[in-house]
Amino acid sequence: MTYVEIKGSAIFLKSLKEEGVDTIFGYPGGAVIDIFDDLVRNFAQDFTFILVRHEQAAVHAADGYARATGKPGVCIVTSGPGGTNTVTGLATAWMDSIPVVVFTGQVPTALIGNDAFQEADIVGITRPCTKHNYLVGRVEDLARTIKEAFTIAKTGRPGPVLVDLPKDVIQSKALFHYPKSVNLPTYKPNVRAYLPAVKRAADLIRTSERPVLLAGGGVITARAHEELKTLAEMTGFPVTMTLMGLGGFPGTHPLSLGMLGMHGTYRANMAISESDLIIAVGARFDDRVTGPVDEFAPRAKIIHVDIDPTSIQKNIKVDVPIVGDARDALVKLLAVLRENGEPVVDREKLREWHAKVTAWRNEQRLRFDRTAKVIKPQYVIEKLYEMTAGQAIISTEVGQNQMWTAQYYLFDHPRTLLTSGGLGTMGYGFPAAIGAQVAFPDKLVIDVAGDGSIQMNIQELATVAQYNLPVKIAILNNGYLGMVRQWQERFYDKVYAHTDMLAAPDFVKVAEAYGAVGLRAQTPEEVVPVIQKALETDGPVIMDFVVEREEGVYPMVPAGKSISDMILV
Amino acid sequence: MEARHVISVLVENRPGVLARVAGMFSGRAFNIQSLAVAPTLDESYSRMTIVTHGDEHIIEQIIKQLRKLINVVKVQDLTSGDYVEREMILVRTKATDTKREEVLRITDIFRGKVVDVTPDTITVEVTGSQGKIEAILELLAPIGIVDLIRAGTLAIPRGKKTPKSTGTHE
Repeated sequence: MTYVEIKGSAIFLKSLKEEGVDTIFGYPGGAVIDIFDDLVRNFAQDFTFILVRHEQAAVHAADGYARATGKPGVCIVTSGPGGTNTVTGLATAWMDSIPVVVFTGQVPTALIGNDAFQEADIVGITRPCTKHNYLVGRVEDLARTIKEAFTIAKTGRPGPVLVDLPKDVIQSKALFHYPKSVNLPTYKPNVRAYLPAVKRAADLIRTSERPVLLAGGGVITARAHEELKTLAEMTGFPVTMTLMGLGGFPGTHPLSLGMLGMHGTYRANMAISESDLIIAVGARFDDRVTGPVDEFAPRAKIIHVDIDPTSIQKNIKVDVPIVGDARDALVKLLAVLRENGEPVVDREKLREWHAKVTAWRNEQRLRFDRTAKVIKPQYVIEKLYEMTAGQAIISTEVGQNQMWTAQYYLFDHPRTLLTSGGLGTMGYGFPAAIGAQVAFPDKLVIDVAGDGSIQMNIQELATVAQYNLPVKIAILNNGYLGMVRQWQERFYDKVYAHTDMLAAPDFVKVAEAYGAVGLRAQTPEEVVPVIQKALETDGPVIMDFVVEREEGVYPMVPAGKSISDMILV
Repeated sequence: MEARHVISVLVENRPGVLARVAGMFSGRAFNIQSLAVAPTLDESYSRMTIVTHGDEHIIEQIIKQLRKLINVVKVQDLTSGDYVEREMILVRTKATDTKREEVLRITDIFRGKVVDVTPDTITVEVTGSQGKIEAILELLAPIGIVDLIRAGTLAIPRGKKTPKSTGTHE
């Protein structure tokens, strides 16, 4: 509480401090000039500010920061185009349930609706791609609104929140009081799992003969990875992960089946298709996971743990729905299972199932041609994995680079894979890597990119140069929009309609132009030395891997086919 | 099975709340047949009556998605219990010569009210269930409807017995 009135801009920055925010990503402009002025004059010691080169990157960086740390990511941009440039970032965070709070400048309240310079109805525009949003009408409401925004972003099923700040609101004065808590009578997320439902789940678990655990991003959000591992080890049930769930269960664990779905492993998709019980935790049965829903796991009963009631019964008919926080649900489930003493399930009954899963693995492993004279993109990921001992924070762009990373980099820890799963945003990976690197200056952060997607936010090389962020970028350069080309090859008679990137920059020179280091590998023999050199370099590096042009991602489930119907090579 | 549902939604009376509700319906390809909204006795809240249709699965999603909106206080599917619903129309018909008499007679039968008269038209106000409104419109149609304004359905649960709330504790 202040006893003198202070400016809205100071109230804003003090409120962020109260929230524990220490890092802000953003881009200045006319409508937010007072905030930036106050930030530099009076709050320079309180915040690390990262000036990006495009507002979209500010949101992705805040999102990457949030995914890597579990804390909300924060950004400030100006009105009009500043706000509209955040839309893709908000939609990305929205689809993947990432807590991001975006503050946009707005024209003064008296001008709203007049088509003023740099005016956009950003609250209207972002309504469907935020968890909630606000227009602050009076400086007296500012602190409380910020408290509400952070509360909503962090709790329940997390998500992005946008707060629109008219210029006169941040210029006017008021007493500052930051509420300790907020009372939102209409917002009470249900986090406690309903015990009778958990008991019904336990009954199914005890009698299942062909069970699969399915871990989604909710396991990571809820910090339920330890409980999930305990459940898997206690029951001996194999575990498959969605793209968002990678890292929620150790990829190197003997019970791991790897990722399922359109580019999932053969054993994961076969196990799901033949299972008699699926225990889905924090996953929402996206179409890339299920294929046609009526052909998905036809013989399985489904237990579905999710904090969002709308996720349950949305795509898939569920037998035991459990609404609640994944961790709370798993803690209760473990307790119920232990009631009858251990072992909690008859391992003897699972022996046949394990044999089957092993057979599937041996039948169809992930593979590529190791004798090729050109660089295979999978080989690059495999070497990145080996040479970083699986300990790096990896972000990806979207497309083939993303799927090869999901297949060949085994994630053992939560919050080490940053990838746009739901929206599939090309251009996400590099700024997300920046966000993670800012959060963890001493960790190794690598963006796995394609030559197409890296060009969608390549301007951020200036950001890494300015703050000397040692982000490493590995471009799998095939000169194509590879995933679309792969579909064209398979389903469109090899008519490569506008997927051939006929002109491309010399990425090594681009790196150098921005003051970063550029390295290129053109033969398989050059891959290891290039990675070695990059890892030894104390600063940002682009690794340009000139890879096999027409390599595909396999297995692949054609759109509209059942997930057991895989094209294997 | 596709069915008509009347959903009563209590919301905070704030700017943008209607847009959130309407946007959720359009963004998720749900249908709004009619919508009526006004503040409740407590002016800080508004009540929306939404008529929609869909199978059980769709209606369950509509209710859950409504509950997920931050400004929504309470959602009830009135169709799952006993409730009363009313619609209101203002209808202007041709009313020349013998038609005049007929319009007045039909209005009387449906307990409508004449609210405006000109030498060759009559404007009538009628309230009632959807069936009743359909019936009077059917009778007035041959006479010649010049203009029709139809308000969204209003609905209220019957006293004492409240409809089961749906969707909790899945």
